[in-house]
Amino acid sequence: MPQTSAAETSAVAEGDTTFEIAVSTRNISKNFGDVEALNDLSLEFPLGQLTSLLGPSGCGKTTLLKIIAGLLEPTSGEVEVNGQKVTGPGPDRAFVFQDFALLPWASVIRNVAFGLELRGVARSEREAVAESYIKQVGLAGFEHAYPHELSGGMRQRVGLARALAVDAEVLLMDEPFSAVDEQTRRKFQEDLLGLVQDQKKTFIFVTHSIEEAVYVSDQVAILLPRPSRVSEIIRPSSFRGKGVDNIRRDSEYLDIVDEIWASLRRYVE
Amino acid sequence: MMNRSLTLKILSAVILFGAWEIAGHIPVSFAFPTFLESMGALMRMIGDGTMLDAYAETLRPLAVGIAISAFLGIAIGIWVGLSRFFDWLFSPIFIVMQAAPLAALIPLLVLAYGIGLTSKVLVVCIMAMPVIVLNTAGAVRNTPDSIKEMGRSYLATDLDVILKIIIPAASPVIFAGLRLGISAGFIGAILAELKITPTGVGDIITYSRSIADYPSMYAAIFSIILLAVLFLNLLERIEAVLFKGNQRGYASD
Repeated sequence: MPQTSAAETSAVAEGDTTFEIAVSTRNISKNFGDVEALNDLSLEFPLGQLTSLLGPSGCGKTTLLKIIAGLLEPTSGEVEVNGQKVTGPGPDRAFVFQDFALLPWASVIRNVAFGLELRGVARSEREAVAESYIKQVGLAGFEHAYPHELSGGMRQRVGLARALAVDAEVLLMDEPFSAVDEQTRRKFQEDLLGLVQDQKKTFIFVTHSIEEAVYVSDQVAILLPRPSRVSEIIRPSSFRGKGVDNIRRDSEYLDIVDEIWASLRRYVE
Repeated sequence: MMNRSLTLKILSAVILFGAWEIAGHIPVSFAFPTFLESMGALMRMIGDGTMLDAYAETLRPLAVGIAISAFLGIAIGIWVGLSRFFDWLFSPIFIVMQAAPLAALIPLLVLAYGIGLTSKVLVVCIMAMPVIVLNTAGAVRNTPDSIKEMGRSYLATDLDVILKIIIPAASPVIFAGLRLGISAGFIGAILAELKITPTGVGDIITYSRSIADYPSMYAAIFSIILLAVLFLNLLERIEAVLFKGNQRGYASD
C-alpha cells in the first residue's frame, strides 16, 4: 500500500510539468474576413486527459476545436496530433457535434457505423463494432430505430457511440450536452468521467458551462475574446478521485467555479 | 390504419363519381356526359382495342420524356445545387422554361423539330423538367451544413458526401419535384397530341369531340388521369422502399 501511494505522488509531482502531450496548437490565428476569431493561440492537450475549452460566446472555442478537427484551416499557425501536423480530418480524431449531426434516414446502427462505413470496413464487421458501442452507451434494443424516434439525450448517445466506434485517439466534443435536458446532462457528465478513465483517450471538450467544465475536466483552459487568447489554465487536483457524487460539494470545486465566474463575468453583458 | 386509409380513398372516389353522375343528369352542359356513360365508353374502347392502340402511341413520348426529365433533371439539379457556376449557367433556362406559355411556343418547336416524336418528347420534357431541376437544386443547396461537416470529419470523400449525405438528405424534396414534374409531363404528353398531331389519346379526345361523342372524350381524359394517379402512387412506393427513414409520419400523429 505505501508503495502505491508513493508512486502516485511522484507521478503527480512530475506530472505538473511534463505530461505527455497528445495535441498541441501553436500560434493559431484565424480570420473570417475582417473578423479575427483567434489570435496567436497556443495550447497543449495532455494525453489521456480531458481538457475543456471554456469561455464566453464569441471567444473562438468552437473555431479552435474545428481547426483541431481539420474542418477549418487556420489562417496561420499549426496543429499537431501525436507529433503529426494536421492538414485535414484524420482517423486519429473523432468529432461529437452539438446538434448530434445524425443522418435522419439512417437507423441507429447505420449512424453509429457510419464512420467505419466511410473507411470501407465490411458491413458485418462494422455492424458488430457498432452494436458493441450501442450497448456501451446504453442504447441496446434501439439498433434499428431512426433518430426521430429518439429523445435528444438518446440521439447524443448515438453521436457519442459513432465517435467511439472509429476508435480515434482524440475525441473532440463541441458542446455535446448543451442540447439535452439538465438531468440527462448530469448523467452524461458522470458517464463522461467514467469514459475518460476507461478509454485512455484524449478528450477536448468545448462548453460554455463553468460547472460542467470544472466537473468533467482534468484541465480547464479559459479563453477570452477580443482578442481571443488563453487567459488561464486551471488544473483541479483534489476532488478528481473522490467519486462522482462528492465532486459538486467539494470546496475546491466550488472555489474554482467561483473564481472562473469572477474572471469571466465582465465579458458577459 | 391501412384499412382506414383505403376506406377513405374509396369513400372519396364514391363521392366524386356520384357528384359527376348527378352533374351529368342535371345536366350542367349538353357536352357533359354522366359518369356511367363515360365508363361505358371506356369499357367499349378497352374492349375493341382502341385504348390499347392509343396508349401504345401516347406512352412513347410520355415514357421517353419522363425518363429523360427524371434522370437528366435530377443530375442537372444536383449539379446546379452544388456549384454556383452551374447555378448561374442553368437556372435561368429552367426558370424561363417553367414560366413560358408552352402552348404558344409549340409552333416554334414544330418548325425546328417537325411533327414527329422529337417535338412531343420535347413538350413533355419542357413541362416536366424545370420543376424537377429546380426542386433538386434547392434541396441539394439546403443540405444541413452540420451533417456535411460530420461526413468530412469522419473522412468522407467529396463523392461520399454527395452520394451518402447530400442525395439522401435531398431525397424527400427530389421526390416531391418528381411527383410534380411527372404529373406535368402527363399534361405535356396530351398537350402535344392536341397541338402537334392528333395521335393516341389526344386523337380520341379530338376526334370524339368533333363528332360529339362526349362519353368517349371524357373516358379518354379519365383514363389518362387514372394512369397518372397510379404512376404517382408507384413513385411513392419506390420512395418508401429506397428511403425508409424519411417517413416521419405526420405532425399531428
